[in-house]
Amino acid sequence: MSKPLKQIHLAAHFPGVNNTTVWSDPEAGSHIEFSSFAHFAKTAERAKFDFLFLAEGLRLREQGGKIYDLDVVGRPDTFTVLAALAAVTEHLGLTGTINSTFNEPYEVARQFASLDHLSGGRSAWNVVTSWDAFTGENFRRGGFLPQEERYSRAKEFLATTQELFDSWHGDEILADQASGVFLRDAKAGSFVHTGQHFDIHGQFNVPRSPQGRPVIFQAGDSEEGREFAASSADAIFSRYATLKEGQAFYTDVKNRLAKYGRRHDQLLILPAASFALADTDAEAEELARTVRRQQVSGATALKHLEFVWNRDLSSYDPDGPLPDIDPDVSDNHISKGRAQVRMYRDPLATAREWRELAAANNWSIRDLVINTGNRQNFIGSPETIARTINAYVQADASDGFILVPHITPTGLDAFADKVVPLLQEQGVFRTDYEGPTLRHHLGLAHPDDVQDEQRVAS
Amino acid sequence: MSPSPSLLHLAVALDGTGWHPASWREPVARPRELFTAGYWAHLVAEAERGLLDFVTIEDGLGPQSSHFLDPDERTDQVRGRLDAVLIASRIAPLTRHIGLVPTAVVTHTEPFHISKAIATLDYVSTGRAGLRVQITARPGEAAHFGRRTIPRIEAYDSPGAQELVTDLFDEAADYVEAVRRLWDSWEDDAEIRDAATGRFIDRDKLHYIDFEGKHFSVKGPSITPRPPQGQPLVTALGHQTVPYRLIARQADVGYVTPHETDEARAIVAEIRAEQETAGRSEELLHVFGDLVVFLDDDPAEAAARRDRLDVLAGEPYTSDARIFTGTPSQLADLLGEFQAAGLTGFRLRPAVAGHDLPAITRGLVPELQRRGAFRTDYEADTLRGLLGLTRPANRYAAA
Repeated sequence: MSKPLKQIHLAAHFPGVNNTTVWSDPEAGSHIEFSSFAHFAKTAERAKFDFLFLAEGLRLREQGGKIYDLDVVGRPDTFTVLAALAAVTEHLGLTGTINSTFNEPYEVARQFASLDHLSGGRSAWNVVTSWDAFTGENFRRGGFLPQEERYSRAKEFLATTQELFDSWHGDEILADQASGVFLRDAKAGSFVHTGQHFDIHGQFNVPRSPQGRPVIFQAGDSEEGREFAASSADAIFSRYATLKEGQAFYTDVKNRLAKYGRRHDQLLILPAASFALADTDAEAEELARTVRRQQVSGATALKHLEFVWNRDLSSYDPDGPLPDIDPDVSDNHISKGRAQVRMYRDPLATAREWRELAAANNWSIRDLVINTGNRQNFIGSPETIARTINAYVQADASDGFILVPHITPTGLDAFADKVVPLLQEQGVFRTDYEGPTLRHHLGLAHPDDVQDEQRVAS
Repeated sequence: MSPSPSLLHLAVALDGTGWHPASWREPVARPRELFTAGYWAHLVAEAERGLLDFVTIEDGLGPQSSHFLDPDERTDQVRGRLDAVLIASRIAPLTRHIGLVPTAVVTHTEPFHISKAIATLDYVSTGRAGLRVQITARPGEAAHFGRRTIPRIEAYDSPGAQELVTDLFDEAADYVEAVRRLWDSWEDDAEIRDAATGRFIDRDKLHYIDFEGKHFSVKGPSITPRPPQGQPLVTALGHQTVPYRLIARQADVGYVTPHETDEARAIVAEIRAEQETAGRSEELLHVFGDLVVFLDDDPAEAAARRDRLDVLAGEPYTSDARIFTGTPSQLADLLGEFQAAGLTGFRLRPAVAGHDLPAITRGLVPELQRRGAFRTDYEADTLRGLLGLTRPANRYAAA
């Protein structure tokens, strides 16, 4: 008998501050108005997606000392939008990226527990870390965390919030009007945490929420990031949406679970993926090319090169050849507030490679940027995309995908209407939600049941 | 500037099952639903039915307590609460007219975070957001954050206590200043989507706020564009000169707790004088009286209800605010007297939310309408509009 088919998990990333988001298209709507978020969330829920995902940025990006003005700029507050979306959806999970550097555990735990109550058990937290003093200039902490401490703070932050969530067991509120006993236990919510980063104690004031704890997501690809995810996350938000890279990442991370006493299915691997969908494969290829040119204007191409060169390249012609000067390898001073800048670990080698590529293909600066970045992960007709996504999941390149459309807020509509029914026909995607909470959608046990299981096992 | 005296404004303060600590034991109280969205949606829908200007939602960074500064060990009262900003946001799409004013504790939170949260609430509600700023001097709540210690106040009139409270209110004023600057840090027309130049924004219309204060500094600009109201409503409760100064300098609505009309007159005079000192005498600043209310058609019934709840609580209920017990008509008389003394509106604290809120919306409101003292329909789309406040110019925009 053949192996049963894996069920695919699908989620939707609201397009925002990123040069993959096309704002110049006549269809592009607001990135701020609630109606955009409501439309996007309702589409995702109509398609029975697991959850909606919001990224975060706590300082406007700068390039060359000025606010970056070529991409979408601005976004609303994550918690506030998710709470409002809970009012216009019934099942969709609500995942927010919240930084552990510029927040405190007590407040974040209150907000996630509140969101979980107000959504009937649909909250999830993508735990991210930051260390840069640039973002820190907006916060009391003033700034900064030594880079080597960011994971230790994140780990302790997460562990502390879990202690706060667990400080209520769920049976404390009696609210017996006849006897006058509201609380079974006057000590409900008591906690003491003493550690390197947090030394706090008292009483947590939000009772246990429907999911017990929000679902925990983790992004981050370093060795430490992978270990952190294997030890503590319910799902990992990866960037490997290709087959081979996806499989390598999948195997690596899943193999780390055993040493933390966790099973393969206790950590889902969900890469972010973009797509170009049209009626035929040929039309989709054409659409993909058009979108890439919309994503990378000449001005954007120059700015993108500046991430690597770490120099002002505004005098160059984006339709001309690459700069023949080498990157400035001193500390980055050109781009601030961007994660992707750190991806280029060896700028000299990257520049050399890019110059060779451009020369070999007769590419201009803009051609190079279009051809080396932001290629859509899935391009084709509904049939092609459905087949490819399913093949990747069955081949353990991932457990599903977090789709990042390039248009706000309608970028998911065609996928919902055309691709999802094909996945449902193949029996690899739900036709209806099985339960009310995000843990149900993701096939994750309630934390209390996991603890029971571990108690029995030990 | 004093607002025109004709109509009065009405808000209700929502806190758990109501302000009387035994309110949860009333049959209408629904205490088991307190931590659900449906509970709050129901209350706010009732307030909107009564055409009220806004609701406030109480909050705190520690368990409720019958002591002012310390937790207690009581199990016979409501304990636990959800984040007020998130409750407000959860309710916003379900309502259309009423203002939503959650409480934020400014002593331990980040002005950058609350600024974008309230701006977002303003987007989500299309112009109905406000903020009630509150300080906390509880040492136990400071221990929940571990960033600072707050010394225990032993005697309120001691110089140490006065110094601490003044410092906390000065910090609150800084907090509001940073929040307000962040709301203005984008000019209204900063998003240009100029396809010709490839520019999404005109960055000259975004501004660093460069706020520097004793307890924090904030660079800016906000990550969230200027909200629909430009400046959402800022409100604060005050009982003495130090907080009156915060109200006069920074608020759009101040809540005060006079027990008699003479006291109301004196408080209003003090706030108006502070307002002038702060150079804001041309700005509309509302001074609302806070009252706890037990409302019934028969005054004896209201008094009996209060007595019954006091017996259940094991002690007579006391409050910083005047406690009113009586009929909607009697309350309308009292509000009229307070209004004549200079108050421009009222924030009523229902003793039992499930009973006294409907008594406000279905008893008091029609009574005030009969007297020509309250609106008969929502006349504006934004909370500032309901309160007669104009949409302010952006402080950073070139004139």
